[in-house]
Amino acid sequence: MSIRVQKAAFDPWREVAAYGEAHSDRLAGRSGATAVFVGNMRDINAGASVSAMTLEHYPGMTERHLEKIAGEASTRWSILDSLIIHRYGPLVPNEPIVLVAVWSEHRDAAFAACRYLIDELKTRAPFWKQETTTAGARWVKPE
Amino acid sequence: MQIAQITVRYFASIREQLGRQEDRLEAAGIACVADIWRRVAATPLPVNTLVAVNQEYARPDTPVKPGDEVAFFPPVTGG
Repeated sequence: MSIRVQKAAFDPWREVAAYGEAHSDRLAGRSGATAVFVGNMRDINAGASVSAMTLEHYPGMTERHLEKIAGEASTRWSILDSLIIHRYGPLVPNEPIVLVAVWSEHRDAAFAACRYLIDELKTRAPFWKQETTTAGARWVKPE
Repeated sequence: MQIAQITVRYFASIREQLGRQEDRLEAAGIACVADIWRRVAATPLPVNTLVAVNQEYARPDTPVKPGDEVAFFPPVTGG
């Protein structure tokens, strides 16, 4: 399993392909299922046009929390591997914010673990979004 | 070298409200997370504020000792 919290933009589809190739020893021929969630930045939220966003995080705790939930997912479900990548810093609309990918032998475990990881990440991982709108900057309210 | 201080970190809207991102406090008189908030802020801990001790989720009554890193932050909005 692998966790990355990074400032740089990334292409989630290339990352999934590259990770699969880099870990072909345990994935090639075995992972019958790959479940992928990609979260992108929208240009509208809560009734306002959003032109940019800044993602704040808690360096250290954020990575630790992602490692913790990835470990929990691999304990709860029979999965082969997982990859989480999350941006911080400035973002513009349509850029990917987060990637969660899970490899398993069969689809049930991949779907369930992927869903668990993105839900846990959204409710507990220390990230905060601040949007830039025409009315100024505002902190995004939790779901 | 003994570390007698507690590092306190603030994030997002709480960082903005307090106007700073970090404090270093003398540990004397501080037993738990809530004691720290009372020392650094004039107002009660905002509802729904999350707290962490040494980068693990904690509660206002979680004990704190010298050398610890304590953080206060609002509900998270990543993903």
